[in-house]
Amino acid sequence: MVLAEHTARQVSEGTYELIGKARELATALGGLTEVVLLGPRELADQLGGADIVVCVEHPALVEYLPEAYERALLEVLTERSPRLLMLSNATVGLDLGAALAVRWDAPLAAYVSALGIDDGAVTATVKILGGKVLVDVELPGKRAIVTVLGGVFDAEAGPSAAVAPVVQLPPPTGLDALRMSLRQVFEAGVGDVDIGAADMLVSVGRGIGAQDNLEVVRELADALGVPLSASRPVVDAGWLPKTRQVGQSGLKVKPRVYLALGISGAPEHLEGLRNAELILACNTDPGAPIFDVARYGTTVDLFDLVPELVDRVRG
Amino acid sequence: MRIVVPLKTVPDLVEEIELTADETGIEREYLKFVLNEWDAQALEEALLLKDAGGAEVVAVGAADDPEIDQTLYTALAKGADAAVRLADASAGSPGPAGTSVAARAALLAGYLEAEPADLVITGVQAADDPDGQLPPTLATLLDLPHVSVVVSVEAADGSVTVRQEFAAGLSHELQVQMPAVIGVQSARQVPRYAPITRIRQAMQTGGLTERAVTPRAPRGGLVLRRMHRPARSGRAEMLAGSPGDVAGQIVELLRARGLVKGRATP
Repeated sequence: MVLAEHTARQVSEGTYELIGKARELATALGGLTEVVLLGPRELADQLGGADIVVCVEHPALVEYLPEAYERALLEVLTERSPRLLMLSNATVGLDLGAALAVRWDAPLAAYVSALGIDDGAVTATVKILGGKVLVDVELPGKRAIVTVLGGVFDAEAGPSAAVAPVVQLPPPTGLDALRMSLRQVFEAGVGDVDIGAADMLVSVGRGIGAQDNLEVVRELADALGVPLSASRPVVDAGWLPKTRQVGQSGLKVKPRVYLALGISGAPEHLEGLRNAELILACNTDPGAPIFDVARYGTTVDLFDLVPELVDRVRG
Repeated sequence: MRIVVPLKTVPDLVEEIELTADETGIEREYLKFVLNEWDAQALEEALLLKDAGGAEVVAVGAADDPEIDQTLYTALAKGADAAVRLADASAGSPGPAGTSVAARAALLAGYLEAEPADLVITGVQAADDPDGQLPPTLATLLDLPHVSVVVSVEAADGSVTVRQEFAAGLSHELQVQMPAVIGVQSARQVPRYAPITRIRQAMQTGGLTERAVTPRAPRGGLVLRRMHRPARSGRAEMLAGSPGDVAGQIVELLRARGLVKGRATP
C-alpha cells in the first residue's frame, strides 16, 4: 500500500516511484497494489498504476495536515490490513511513519534505499550516518512500514493509462475536532539567482567549516561566472540563503557540471543532484558517499585546491 | 511555559566511520561524538521562545549517550534553565545507544509523564535513527499532536504557530494546540555560540540533575541483519597529484565543456 502525495492537484513524482516498486513487491507476494488517496477523488485518474485506489474525502484532507492524515490513514490501515505501507522519506513520511508505527503497531524502517521480500519477510536497506553506512534489516511480523528515500526507485514504472477502481471509505470520526489547523500556504520564494536553471554550479558543504571561508569559493564562482550553491548544513548555519540550497528540502538542479566542494553526499543532498550531467567532487574523506555519484573526484583539501582553480580559470 | 528539549549525541560525520568485525555496529571507541545537528537547531528555537516570552527551557539527555554531560552543560551555558540526565530505572537496557528510537522515545515518555511539558522541541531526525524519528514516536506514546520538518515556532495563548517545510520551498503555517511535540529542521536563526568559559562555569556550578525513569513499553523494532559500507559501483575516477595538478585537470574538464574560456596553459 502506497500513500499518494499531492500538491496543487498533482500527484508527486515520489508517489510514482513508490507505486512502481509496490507493484513489483505485490507480484512477488502474490498480492495487490493499493494506493491511498486522502483528498480529492478526481486525482484517482492519475493513479492508474494501482490495482485499487482507496479514497477518503473530508475538508480537513484537502491540503496536507499531519493530524488529519494520520487519523485517516490509520483508519485505512485498520480497514484494509495491508502487508506493507510505503511512504516517502520526506515531510509527510517524517510526520506519519513513526507515528503510525506506534498506533498501527508495526515495525518501521526509515531512510530506505532498497526493499525486498526474503522468504515472505520484508527486508530493507537503510542509509544512516549521512549515507556512510548501510544497514540491512528485516521487518518482523505480518505488517510493516517503510519510508523510502527519493530517487531510489524508478518513477517511470509508476504511472499508467489504466483506470483503477476506487474504494471510497468514510472519513474517521475526529477529523472535525483536530488539535491543529492549517493557517496559510506559502509558495516557494524567489531568490536573487535561479540555481535550478544554472549551467554550472560551484557548491559548498559542511567541509567549508566557517562563513569566512566562503570568500575563496565565492571568488571561484565569480571567476567562472556561475552561481554559488550549498548543501543544507551551510544554509542552516545561515551562511547562504535558502534559495541557494540543493537537495530534498532545497531545490533540484540540473547543471551540466556540479562542482561539489566539501560536500559528503548525504542522501537528502544527492536527491537534488540526480539530473546533474557531470559531478566533480572534492572531499578529504575518501569514503564520502559523494564519490559514488561523482564522475571525477579528489581528496585534495578544498582550501588548497580552490585558490589553484581561481588562478587557472582567470588565466 | 515549560519547554523540554531532548538532546542526543551522534558520531561526528566529519570523521571516518569504521564498522565492527561482526558487521552489527560501528566502532565507537575512538569515535568523536557531537550533538545531533537537528537537536542543536531545536535548542536554538526553544531558546528563541524563551527570549521572546519567558519560557523555561529544560535540556534532557539519556545517561548512556556518549559525551552527554558536556552536551548538557553546553545547553546550560547557552541559556537553558535546567539540564536533566535520564537513567533507565527498569532492569533491561534500552539496547545500544543511538540505535533505537523506540527505546529512546519510551524513556523520554516515562520522564514526560512524570514531569509534563507544554512543548517538546527536538531535532526532526538524527543521523543514526534507522527505525524512524523521535518526535512522532514520542508524541504518539503520549498522545500529543506533533509536526515535523518545522522551521519556526512561535507561541501565544495555549497554542503554537509553526511553519512546516516541504520540498522545493513550499511551506505551510499551522496552528497547534499545546501540549505538543515539534520536530525542528532548522531554527529561525543560527544556533548561538557558548563560550568555553561559560561552559566551564556551568560545569563548576553543577546544575545537572539525574532522574531515574521507568520507560514506557517501546514499539516493535527492526531485526538487524548486517551493516556495511555502500558498494563502490559508480566510483568516481580519482584525480591524482598536487593541488595544482588536480586544479589543472579540473580546468581542462571544464574547458572541454566550454565552461572556461581561453586556451590551455602549459
